Order: sequence, then structure tokens, then C-alpha cells
Amino acid sequence: MPAPPQLSEMPTSPHGGEVTIKPYLVGAVLALVLTAVPFGLVAARALRPIQIFVVVGAAAITQVVVHLRYFLHLDLKPASQNKLIALCFAAVVLLILVGGTLWIMFDLNYRR
Amino acid sequence: MTDAVVTAGAGEETEAERALDERAYGFWIYLMSDAIIFALLLATFVVMSHSTADGPGGQTLFRLPHTFAKTMLLLASSTTFGFASVAIAAGQRRRSLAWLSVTFLLGLGFLAMGISEFYGMAVAGAGPWRSGFLSAFFTLVGTHGIHVSVGLVWIVLLGCEVALRGLNPFVASRLCRLGLFWHFLDIVWIGIFSVVYLPGIL
Repeated sequence: MPAPPQLSEMPTSPHGGEVTIKPYLVGAVLALVLTAVPFGLVAARALRPIQIFVVVGAAAITQVVVHLRYFLHLDLKPASQNKLIALCFAAVVLLILVGGTLWIMFDLNYRR
Repeated sequence: MTDAVVTAGAGEETEAERALDERAYGFWIYLMSDAIIFALLLATFVVMSHSTADGPGGQTLFRLPHTFAKTMLLLASSTTFGFASVAIAAGQRRRSLAWLSVTFLLGLGFLAMGISEFYGMAVAGAGPWRSGFLSAFFTLVGTHGIHVSVGLVWIVLLGCEVALRGLNPFVASRLCRLGLFWHFLDIVWIGIFSVVYLPGIL
């Protein structure tokens, strides 16, 4: 089947918006910092373990947001609304399943 | 696969673009379901994290520099895929191929480090059969490794398509979905090193 004539006229960027190198650089630098900090803390053992756990968790959550924002281009504009809703739904399912699993299994461990 | 778009005929670009957008959305839904799989494997690992059956634990098995190097390789590959996306959007075929190749090599390095880690552990008697902790570890990290392998094959296939047919909106939309997949794998890796490796070493 011959290619339709409009092929070359359509933009190769599927979402229409301009794609620049800047968000990827910003995301890479932020991700680098948010990776180096928890690894550095674990290597140096500068804080008490519980404090390190908190920093590792906070850095991980922040880095997930950075990746979503700068690499996956998820933002609060109407164009990404559907994706955001799917993400929130997945997050709710995930919290119920993971939270429930950990709650039940550690409770069982405790009662044994 | 492209029937709906091809039969749309001339003058209906918006229709074709909408179809490509819908595919990106469908792929996003798949990624969300995949995220739930990984989250459950992580939860299983946390439940199993103390069930070492007197075998080796994370403190003796995991090495911080090795994990850091893997993390850096995957982050770098995610960034270079971003550069490839920019080149694709600008219609620069050669440059996008170059960045895709760099991404492939970095991903291959990540995979090779993972395989050598698995092999070293199995040879040292710390294979998945040793304890519940190790079963959960191999399942989780192995599932991520399989995803990365699939991503690498996918990069090669789409790289060939770009090289042979050039950049058109359909190829660009496939590359866009591959990009979502690749960046998603990096996000999963954040969860793995934060839940498995760093607490294990501590």
C-alpha cells in the first residue's frame, strides 16, 4: 500500500509541542544530585540509619517526580490530564496493594 | 496496525494524529499496570528481606560502587534517549540513530553488570534457591533485567526501521512509546536501589 501523501507534512513530534534538549539536561542534573545524595549518605554513614532511610525515601520520591516531569513530560496541562488520572489511579491501587501487603505480613510476623 | 490511519485519507491529519495520541495513551496505561507489578515485587521483597535462612544477606552481597555504576549507566541512557527524542522531533535521522546507539550501549552495559552480579552471586552459593530473601531479590531484579533486555531489542528494531525507512510520523510515534518504556524502566530502578540496595547495604 503506498504511503499517504500527508506523511511528510505531519510533524514527527507526536504531541505537537516543541521538543528541546533543555528539560532532559535539567532532569539529568536533578536526577544525578538526587542519586548522589542517598548513595553518599550510605557510603559515609554520616547519619543514624533511621535518618538515612528517611533521606533515601524522600530522594527517591522526589526523583520519581523529576523523571515524570522532565523525561516523561508529564505536567498539569490539560493535554496530560488523562495520563495524570491513570497515574493517580495506579498510585491508589499501588498504595492499597503494597500498604495492605506490608501491613498484613508484618502483623502476621508479629503474632507468630 | 496502521490501517485506521492510512484509510483516513488526505486532509485528515488531525484524525491521524489523534490515533497516534491514543496509542501513546494506551501504552501509558500498560506502563501503569507494569508499575503495579514492580511495586508488588518490591513489597514481596520487603516482606522477605529478613528471611535469609542463615544465608548471606544484603550487607555481604551488595556492593555500593557496583550499584552506583549501574544506576549511573541507566540514568545516562535515559538522558541520551532524551537527546534521541529531540533529534527525532527535529527530523534529524543520523543524529537520532547516533543517540539511539549510545543509549543501546549504555543499556547493554547496565545489563552486563547485572548479569555479572547475578553470576557472581550464584557461583558464591547465593543463588535464588538459597533463601526467601534471595528468591525475592532475583525475581525483582531479574524482572527488571528482562524488561531492559526487551527494551534493548526494541531499540535495535526501531533503529533498523529508522535507518531503512527514515523518520516518518509512525516511526516517530513508535520511538515515542519506546522512550516512555525506557524512561519508565529508569523510574523502576530508582525504587529498586532505594528499597533493595541502599537499605541492604545499611
